[in-house]
Amino acid sequence: MTTSTVPARAGRGPVHVARIGWERGKLEVKEFFRQRESVVFTVAFPVILLFIFGSILNYNIDGGIKFSQYFVPGIIAAGLFGVCFQTVAIQIAIERDKGILKRLQGTPMPPASYFLGKIVMIFSLVVLEIAVLLAIASALGKVTLPSDWHKWVTLVWVTVIGTIAGSLLGIAFSSVPRSGKAAPATITPIALVLQFLSGVYFVFTGLPTWLQHVGAFFPLKWIAQGYRSVFLPDSFAAQEPAHTWEHGRIALILALWAVAGLVLTLRTFRWRSSRDA
Amino acid sequence: MTDEPAIRIRGLRKTYGEHVAVDGLDLDVPRGECFALLGPNGAGKTTTVEILEGYRPRNGGEVTVLGLDPARATRDWRVRVGIVLQSTGEFEALTVREVVRHFATYYPAPRDPAEVIDAVGLAGKANARAGTLSGGQRRRLDVALGIIGRPELLFLDEPTTGFDPEARKEFWELIRQMSADGTTILLTTHYLYEAEALADRVGVIDAGRLVEVGTPATLGGRDTAATVVSWDGPAGRESISTETPTAAVAKLSAQFGGEVPGLAVARPTLEDVYLTMIGTSKGATE
Repeated sequence: MTTSTVPARAGRGPVHVARIGWERGKLEVKEFFRQRESVVFTVAFPVILLFIFGSILNYNIDGGIKFSQYFVPGIIAAGLFGVCFQTVAIQIAIERDKGILKRLQGTPMPPASYFLGKIVMIFSLVVLEIAVLLAIASALGKVTLPSDWHKWVTLVWVTVIGTIAGSLLGIAFSSVPRSGKAAPATITPIALVLQFLSGVYFVFTGLPTWLQHVGAFFPLKWIAQGYRSVFLPDSFAAQEPAHTWEHGRIALILALWAVAGLVLTLRTFRWRSSRDA
Repeated sequence: MTDEPAIRIRGLRKTYGEHVAVDGLDLDVPRGECFALLGPNGAGKTTTVEILEGYRPRNGGEVTVLGLDPARATRDWRVRVGIVLQSTGEFEALTVREVVRHFATYYPAPRDPAEVIDAVGLAGKANARAGTLSGGQRRRLDVALGIIGRPELLFLDEPTTGFDPEARKEFWELIRQMSADGTTILLTTHYLYEAEALADRVGVIDAGRLVEVGTPATLGGRDTAATVVSWDGPAGRESISTETPTAAVAKLSAQFGGEVPGLAVARPTLEDVYLTMIGTSKGATE
């Protein structure tokens, strides 16, 4: 009856991997948005920061630019990195602890589909995050949206490469905390320190030079710089550390981080918690 | 190919540092059988099953599950194996239907999700979020995910821990149905009556070794063991232990001239047999 002589084989090939990845992505988005705390923490936190810093720091920086015009790209970058790195690393650490990954490992799901599903979820969160931040910031007059379409193209490519790099690093980093419970305490401080080193809360060139060098090692600084090139006039580029927007270097460094994240993920990703191994 | 047992284990060994969890285990489970692995906590049940499921590497011995070494599990092999782990309750925010439908997409020829939800008795909860289910209902969801792919072999690791008696009875019915449909089942449990109710054969595992394998009725020489015949004698309750209970009862009947007051004939229960086995093997290893 149900037993056939030739057992059915698992689906294979890139189309199958993409289809299951898409299914996983839809499921993950659904799951995420039904957990109100995570939505509030992830999406609303940058909005709250925008309000607080936007109201306190009401002054002009060099070049006669309102600080908020400088701050909004930074907060968008921090929001993107928060979703990619922080949310993903914490979420996967918890999933590993709860045995979700172990259960998936016991099915014929292609492992690549799991990662694709995460990236689908992250992209939808990132797009939502950027849309909400820009809508609020421009409604409050904290930022002027660019009119040149080139700038929007820059916004898209910085977002895409930044998201891929940040997500892969988040997936790789999820193996660092020893348990799901320890994950937020391990990962959140790293994200916070990076925000201070990357020119999110104040003008990057205001940092001591050696700290600028430290910040320049990490991806968030480059994402923030990419977004500044979208929202600040090109004349402001002269006040960046290299006196240009360095688009080529931004793309290169983020791509290198993406490759590093991928290699680390492939080498260190665990489907089971350390207690269970 | 079809004569080959679903599970074949020879000299299986697994150590965690100094601790020997599985110590030279041999077992064949033929296709279509429902086999129960019975043993106290820490006996090596879960370790053995997780090696068979392809989750854990082993330190020695040969293992073949559906013709393949599970240490080299492929996705094609995973299609044919259903797994119900000990852990449960992972999908709080999703509904039963969403989770079951999603897992169906992993398999090339899945069962109908609605039919599976019905079969595990969750039809009334199909639209409920998994986080709102009771412990027993979550376990049924686990089983639904284990059988959605139409597995040839189903592993159930302590599936009814935390069930109330009614839920357990219904769950047993589901497992019997799967077994009647030809699914090979390997079940671990520490409930003796569960092994007795479901399994074609029972293996008792203790300290990483199979102490004995047999049908629930014959395990530990239960069918031929001394039987206790007891009755109400003139001086109060009396009993004898005998190899020939029928003759003993006939003799008593003649003695009393017909009915024997308060007659009881008791073979050792599975529990008596089991406790004796565990006790013996504990004594032997210490």
